[in-house]
Amino acid sequence: MTAPAIVVDGVSMAFEHEGSPLHVLRDVSLAISEGEFLSLLGPSGCGKSTLLRLIADILAPTGGTISILGQSPARARHERALGIVFQQPVLLPWLSVEDNIALPLRIGGWGARHPEAPSPPALLDLVGLRGFERARPAQLSGGMQQRVAIARALVNNSPILLMDEPFGALDAITRDRLNEELLRIWTETRRTVVFVTHSIPEAVYLSTRVAVLSPRPAQIRALMEIDLPSPRQPQMRDTPQFARFTAALRNALEHP
Amino acid sequence: MTVPTAPSAPGGAIEPRSRARTARDRRRPTRHRESTWRHYLVSVVAFLAVLAAWQGVVVAFHVPPYLAPSPLMVVRALRTESHTLLVNTWPTFIETIGGFVVGNLVAIVAAVGFVHNRIFRQSVYPLAVTVRTLPIVAISPILVLLLGNGYAPKIAIAALITFFPTLVNMADGLTAVDPQALELMHVLSASRWEVFRYLRWPTSLPYLFSALRIASTASLLGAIIGEWIGSNSGLGYLIVAATYDYRTPLLYATMTVASALALAMFGAISILERYAVPWRVTPGVGGE
Repeated sequence: MTAPAIVVDGVSMAFEHEGSPLHVLRDVSLAISEGEFLSLLGPSGCGKSTLLRLIADILAPTGGTISILGQSPARARHERALGIVFQQPVLLPWLSVEDNIALPLRIGGWGARHPEAPSPPALLDLVGLRGFERARPAQLSGGMQQRVAIARALVNNSPILLMDEPFGALDAITRDRLNEELLRIWTETRRTVVFVTHSIPEAVYLSTRVAVLSPRPAQIRALMEIDLPSPRQPQMRDTPQFARFTAALRNALEHP
Repeated sequence: MTVPTAPSAPGGAIEPRSRARTARDRRRPTRHRESTWRHYLVSVVAFLAVLAAWQGVVVAFHVPPYLAPSPLMVVRALRTESHTLLVNTWPTFIETIGGFVVGNLVAIVAAVGFVHNRIFRQSVYPLAVTVRTLPIVAISPILVLLLGNGYAPKIAIAALITFFPTLVNMADGLTAVDPQALELMHVLSASRWEVFRYLRWPTSLPYLFSALRIASTASLLGAIIGEWIGSNSGLGYLIVAATYDYRTPLLYATMTVASALALAMFGAISILERYAVPWRVTPGVGGE
C-alpha cells in the first residue's frame, strides 16, 4: 500500500438553494493512494462532480478537510499538482491545438520555470494527434477535442489527474476507444486518476477501485477493488469476471 | 490547402473531422460562390432598377430639379462640384474617425472597468444610460457652446453617439465567458490579468466588432449633426447650405458622398474583423 495521494476526511458540502441549504455531500471520507485509478460512480446529480470540484479547489467544503499530497487543495493547486479534464473539452477556439495544450505553461510563467515539462508536440504524440498542431479546435471532432483536453491536463506533469465525466458527451464507439487511450496513458505516465462517471462498465474497465456514491446527499456506499488483470484488454468486457463486477456495482447503486 | 493526416500509430483510426468542417468544405466550392455572385447581381439589378424608375418618374412628370433632381443630374453634380465635395469631405472624415476612435476607446476602457469593479459599474452604468436617453440634437448645441466651432464639438458628438453601443456590447462580451473555462483558469491559478488576456478579451472580440460596425456608420451621423449646428465646412454644413440655396442636386450628391464614406468605413471594419477574429466569420454587407 503506497502513501495516500488524496485524503478526504469527513467532508460535507451544502449549497444555498432558494433560501434553504441543499446538502450535496454528507460526511464523505476517502483515501486515494498514489498511482491509483479511482472512479467515483453514482447517479446523475448525486454530487460526485461536486466532490471532484472540492478536490480541485474550485469549491470549498462546508465541513471536513481535504489534503492533497499532505497539503491543502489551494496549495496543491498553486503548485499544479492537479490536472483537470471536464465533460466538455473547454478548448479556447482562438488558439491552435498546440497553443491550447501550452496554455498551462504560459499562465504564471510556469513553463519557463519548468523546462522539464513535456512539450506540446510530445503530448500530441501521446494522445495520437500528431500533425494537428496548427489545427483549430473547431476543425476537430468531439473525441479529438477531448484528447487535446487530456494532453493539456498532462502538460504540467501533475501527479494527480481529475476527470469529470470526460467521455460522457461522446458516442459509444469513440468512448470505448478513448477508454483504451486513457488506460495506455495511465500505464505510461502512472498518475493518480480520480474519474467521475455514471457508466458502470466504464468504471469497471478503467479503475483499480470504484467508490459508489448514494443519491443526494451523497455518502460513500461501497468501495470496491477491481482486481481484473492488468493491462486491461477490450475482450475482458465479455468475461464472467467483468460481469460479476458490473453486477456487484449495480447492486450497490440500487440497494443500500 | 493541405490538411494534416493523422498517424496510424497508437491513435489508431482517428474519428472523422468535425461536422462543422466538412459542412464548410462542402459549401465553399463552386456552388456557394455562384450563389454569392447571383446574390450580388440581384442586389445591383434592384439598385439600378430603383434609379431607373426614379429617372423615369422625374422625366415623365417634369419634376423641377429643386424638388427632386434626377439621378443623372446628381451624377453631374458629383462631377462639377467634385472640388467642393472633396474639400468638405475631409473635415467630416477627420471628425468621424476622431469620434470613432475616442468613443470606442472610452467605451472599451469603461467596459473593462465594469467587469473588474462592481462599484464602478453600479455608478457609471446608470449615468451612461441616462446620457444615452438625452436626444443627441439637444446635446449638440450645448457641446458646440462648450467646445467652440472647431473639430472638438463634432468629435465629441460623434464619440458620444458611438460610445453607448460599444459599451453595452463590450460589457456583454467580456462577461460572456464559458464558466468552465473560468474554472480551468482557476485550477491553473491564473491572475485576473491572465484571465482577461487569455479568456475575456478574445471572447469579447466578436462582440466588439459587432459594435464597431454599428459605430462606423453612427460616428459619421454624429459628425454631420455636429456640423449642422455650427460649422462652415464639412458634409453637414454642405447639406444645410445646399438646402438653403435650393441647390438640390448638390444636396443629393452630398448625401451620396456621405453614404459612400459610411459604406467604406463599414467595409474596412468588416475586413479588419476577418483578420482580428479569424475563428468567426460574419456576413458582410451583402449578407448570406
